[in-house]
Amino acid sequence: MESVPKPNKRMPVSAMLDRKIVIPAIRASFAKLNPRLMVKNPVMFVVEIVAALTTVIFLRDVLTGGVGLGFTFQIILWLWFTVLFANFAEAVAEGRGKAQAESLRKTRTESQAKLLTGVGQAFKLVPGTSLKVGDVVLVEAGDTIPSDGEVTEGVASVNEAAITGESAPVIRESGGDRSAVTGGTQVLSDWIRVRITAAQGSTFIDRMIKLVEGAERQKTPNEIALNILLAGLTIIFVFATVTIPSYAAYAGGSISVVVLVALFVTLIPTTIGALLSAIGIAGMDRLVRFNVLAMSGRAVEAAGDVDTLLLDKTGTITLGNRQATSFRPVRGVTEQELADAAQLASLADETPEGRSIVVLAKEKYGIRGRDMAELGATFIPFTAQTRMSGVDAGGSSVRKGAVDAMLNYVGGGTPLAVASGNTVRTIQPMALSDVGREIQSIADDIAKAGGTPLAVARDGKLLGVIQLKDIVKGGIRERFAELRRMGIRTVMITGDNPMTAAAIAAEAGVDDFLAQATPEDKLKLIRDEQAKGKLVAMCGDGTNDAPALAQADVGVAMNTGTQAAREAGNMVDLDSNPTKLIEVVEIGKQLLMTRGALTTFSIANDVAKYFAIIPAMFLAFYPQLNVLNVMNLSSPQSAILSAIIFNALVIIALIPLALKGVAYRAVGAGALLRRNLLIYGLGGIVIPFIGIKAIDLVVTALHLA
Amino acid sequence: MTVLGWFQIILFCVVIVALAKPLGWYMTRVFNGEKTFLSPVLRPIEAGIYWFSGVDEKREQHWLTYTVAMLLFHVGGFLIIYGVMRLQAILPFNPAGQGAVAEDLSFNTAISFITNTNWQNYGGESTISYLVQMLGLTHQNFLSAATGIALAVALIRGFSRASTRTVGNFWVDVTRCTLYVLLPICIVYTLFLVSQGMPQTLGDYVEATTLEGARQTIAVGPVASQVAIKMLGTNGGGFFNANAAHPFENPTALSNFVQMLSIFALGAALTNVFGRMVGNQRQGWAILAVMGVLFVAGVAITYWAEANGTSTLQALGLVGGNMEGKEVRFGIVASSLFAVITTAASCGAVNAMHDSFTAIGGMIPLINMQLGEIIVGGVGAGLYGMLLFVVLAIFVAGLMVGRTPEYVGKKIEAREVKMAMLAILVLPLMYLGWTAVGVVYPAAVASMANAGPHGFTEVLYAFTSATGNNGSAFAGLTGNTLFYNLTLASAMFVGRFFMIIPAMAIAGSLAAKKSIPASAGTLPTTGGLFVGLVVGVILIIGGLTFFPALALGPIVEHLAMNAGNLF
Repeated sequence: MESVPKPNKRMPVSAMLDRKIVIPAIRASFAKLNPRLMVKNPVMFVVEIVAALTTVIFLRDVLTGGVGLGFTFQIILWLWFTVLFANFAEAVAEGRGKAQAESLRKTRTESQAKLLTGVGQAFKLVPGTSLKVGDVVLVEAGDTIPSDGEVTEGVASVNEAAITGESAPVIRESGGDRSAVTGGTQVLSDWIRVRITAAQGSTFIDRMIKLVEGAERQKTPNEIALNILLAGLTIIFVFATVTIPSYAAYAGGSISVVVLVALFVTLIPTTIGALLSAIGIAGMDRLVRFNVLAMSGRAVEAAGDVDTLLLDKTGTITLGNRQATSFRPVRGVTEQELADAAQLASLADETPEGRSIVVLAKEKYGIRGRDMAELGATFIPFTAQTRMSGVDAGGSSVRKGAVDAMLNYVGGGTPLAVASGNTVRTIQPMALSDVGREIQSIADDIAKAGGTPLAVARDGKLLGVIQLKDIVKGGIRERFAELRRMGIRTVMITGDNPMTAAAIAAEAGVDDFLAQATPEDKLKLIRDEQAKGKLVAMCGDGTNDAPALAQADVGVAMNTGTQAAREAGNMVDLDSNPTKLIEVVEIGKQLLMTRGALTTFSIANDVAKYFAIIPAMFLAFYPQLNVLNVMNLSSPQSAILSAIIFNALVIIALIPLALKGVAYRAVGAGALLRRNLLIYGLGGIVIPFIGIKAIDLVVTALHLA
Repeated sequence: MTVLGWFQIILFCVVIVALAKPLGWYMTRVFNGEKTFLSPVLRPIEAGIYWFSGVDEKREQHWLTYTVAMLLFHVGGFLIIYGVMRLQAILPFNPAGQGAVAEDLSFNTAISFITNTNWQNYGGESTISYLVQMLGLTHQNFLSAATGIALAVALIRGFSRASTRTVGNFWVDVTRCTLYVLLPICIVYTLFLVSQGMPQTLGDYVEATTLEGARQTIAVGPVASQVAIKMLGTNGGGFFNANAAHPFENPTALSNFVQMLSIFALGAALTNVFGRMVGNQRQGWAILAVMGVLFVAGVAITYWAEANGTSTLQALGLVGGNMEGKEVRFGIVASSLFAVITTAASCGAVNAMHDSFTAIGGMIPLINMQLGEIIVGGVGAGLYGMLLFVVLAIFVAGLMVGRTPEYVGKKIEAREVKMAMLAILVLPLMYLGWTAVGVVYPAAVASMANAGPHGFTEVLYAFTSATGNNGSAFAGLTGNTLFYNLTLASAMFVGRFFMIIPAMAIAGSLAAKKSIPASAGTLPTTGGLFVGLVVGVILIIGGLTFFPALALGPIVEHLAMNAGNLF
């Protein structure tokens, strides 16, 4: 049984700081000092300004021969380090994406395209880059598809390893839900005609490259709000520090600019200011590692907020195929007889259902495989008209099929005109024979339990019913329980009738289900949930999913799906695994949590910094204030220096956390808050006391101050 | 500290909590426009007021219209006060024959009363007539209080409503608040105060001959009616210069206790109104709990500091706590409690001289005001100030549950954060900025009564009190100078309106949002964890701003005193 393990694609720290990333990142840290780039990050921009300012003052003092230059120099050095460390954090986060973009770029080969001229198969060779939207090209075995498009004619196997990393070829054909092709992928066999849907520079691969590089990174709404908060705090601390010289003058003392700057820089939220963009980039990167591409950071944030998950039953909650689980004979027929007939009817049936019947017959009743040719049997294949299949052998005929179709076949009743392979049919009871009624009642039982009945008849006589069952994926129930603890409601979407849907929903443990769902029903469900203020996530692949994907707050399109679906969604899953929606939500939550945790940590840090700097600053004229020197730092200079060193080093120390993200646990908001407040809030208050003291010991031992 | 002292503090807290629910229930009905037991009497008057002033009570206002109406209303209030003060010499009800009040003092006083500050740079009995007291001051005491409450209700509506453009009608809210809440309580309250021995007369000052044969003029007047609203509306402007320390303004221990209760009563009840309007009273209790934690901590510290007195006094052979500047009638506990209450709320009435408190004892009132007077706070102003901090706390920590922040069903986004930050920014700008000027500008330095850190604290206290619209004074400082009249007026103005406008912008933006149902993934905002979180954010974000100033004022003074240095 296929189970749903929690994928673990978190990178080890060592891989994160590998040389290939670190060395260019160091170079980038200096390049990012350009004020035009820095201004995007208000907190660090302010640090850069004051660092530059104090550097100018320092140079003046050097020329005029000021005192305490060694101390001033060290402070300035650490101010610049603070800015560089912030740039480094961002550069490392970007570096990981760049490496990925590089490998993508290699696939963008300069190919020739066979542009169809509109007359039969005639084409002319043009450079792939000259193609326009709406052009139709012919792609044959061995050719690279020149740009994104829709298959208009033909079937071909395509190697999409360039984007999915999966080397097994996939089938792409016109019509249906497998018609989208991606530029840069290669046709392995046959030929297709492709209508180009994306201009050069805006193809899927182009967008992917930009996304993973972070080149087009826009600040997300929450990030903007957080930046406002940080800017506001910075302004408050401007007030708190610029008023100090006046207070000091009143007390008959004076305070040097460099000390004020040191106090200011340690108070403003540099830690989160430095790591904020790295957190955002790393969040997108985590999705990419999961082979999910988010078209915007906003979508990742929305994923964290999702209240309702819409999940397709087939492939997500249940395994794609139903399996036979029991044989239910009518009175007067033994299970063995029924199993024998069912196995015979399924011998040539290559569908997974058919094979599962043969397997069940062998495992439970020891009925060995038989050779069709030996029996001289002819196979009667399934058709949409007869809705049954079977075998004719030696004058005997065996059939299996949908219950109503079979009842009709043996002349037992008049089926109502409801057409669908897996719905229960209501047969007018008056027209049924006793056996027919018995078959009908068994079928009803099976449907109620979430199964699908298949009736079996030999020579026009009904023998019983095969129970086919949807197999709920292992571990999925636990995942849903986890989602419930996160506060997320799961809704199963299925084409099954309500009775079957209810049974499977109960077995899988989803909160709700939408049975006999049409695309319109799906769209309506999303709108209804949104009207209640909820955010909805779903995944889909078909063209008829496109409206719902566009309407959902988080719409994950399967990469195997149609171009329309891929355009409508705001994420694309390259592996086309709908269960991943759950991980997407977790990544979104992790991103938001990391931001919150580091903001809290950053602000809580200020308490200790005050206790380090305030007594040191005023000691010259109010020696009594040494009582506040609770860390017992050795000298005013060393106290100030230690605080600013701590402030810079903590950025470096937290880069791995910013990139990896704070671990998410599905334990409910209250418990999560308690835990994080304890670690990042209380920890944020306590850690700098220890850190600054330790640095002070080192600074003193090295006679730096 | 004594058991009886603590008993009084606990009794106070219990009564406030007990009053919150019934008052909250009543006020919720008033502001929802529902019938109350007073409707048969008051409804005709209310309808008459709307008819007379042409207000359509059914028409609700956009937040901007609401705010503009409020501002226009205050321009009118300002002109009336300024006018009657300048013209009081030729206006009636002036038995003491007071002359025109100076321009800068009139300006300062007018701003002071419309902003619910009631900072007094004037001595009531020696400067202004009965007419000014009643028409100018008592009148504004009602309206600035009603305005505060109306604004808080508008902000609450922002949280409780969904997908709408309006937040209520300012004129209706102010009218209903005055008519159904303030007036009825004040009438009963005034009668109670008179029963305690408080004067209520339009007659002349009383001439008396003392035992020593000296002639003395005893100031009286319509005291009780003004005291009732100055407390209930957290205005704090006393009839007499000595405020609630004056025997006529606070005659008995019972009147003292009831006055303390009346400062907190409406502010505490508004938290319940909040809970009721957002559909979960526990939300209101959580807010009250945040206020309660900070309040009890403040009381404990001040009471401890005052009861222990100072090493200097003990060295002089004085036993017991610090009684300097306190009424013997009230003693240490009632004075400490009053001081914390009056600064926690933006009342500013005083029954003891805060200037004479110990350094630490006097620091708590200062901190209370610097935190933005959100511990119960001024009527209405305390709640909207607290909600601004809640918005910030939710924004910082809310992310840690893995969702974008939301509070009582409303998403907290860029606009709300921007406005909350703006409102919180102006407070330190005013009190730290003006203090920085005040301690070095020579004309301002001359106003200080004390040198060193104590003088510093006086200046810091004055600007903090003005910015927070508190109005209590640390005494010592001579406020009636051109510099202080103008700078304090600017602090009061900015402290009031630059907080109100962003708060209303938040109300408007929240009202327009959808309401999100709570789930297991939603940050719980009713439990102890939330209370602790908000307290922490208030102390860290609020506290970090003024820690350097405190270190140079009360903290260094306290440390110096222990070393034998006095200022």
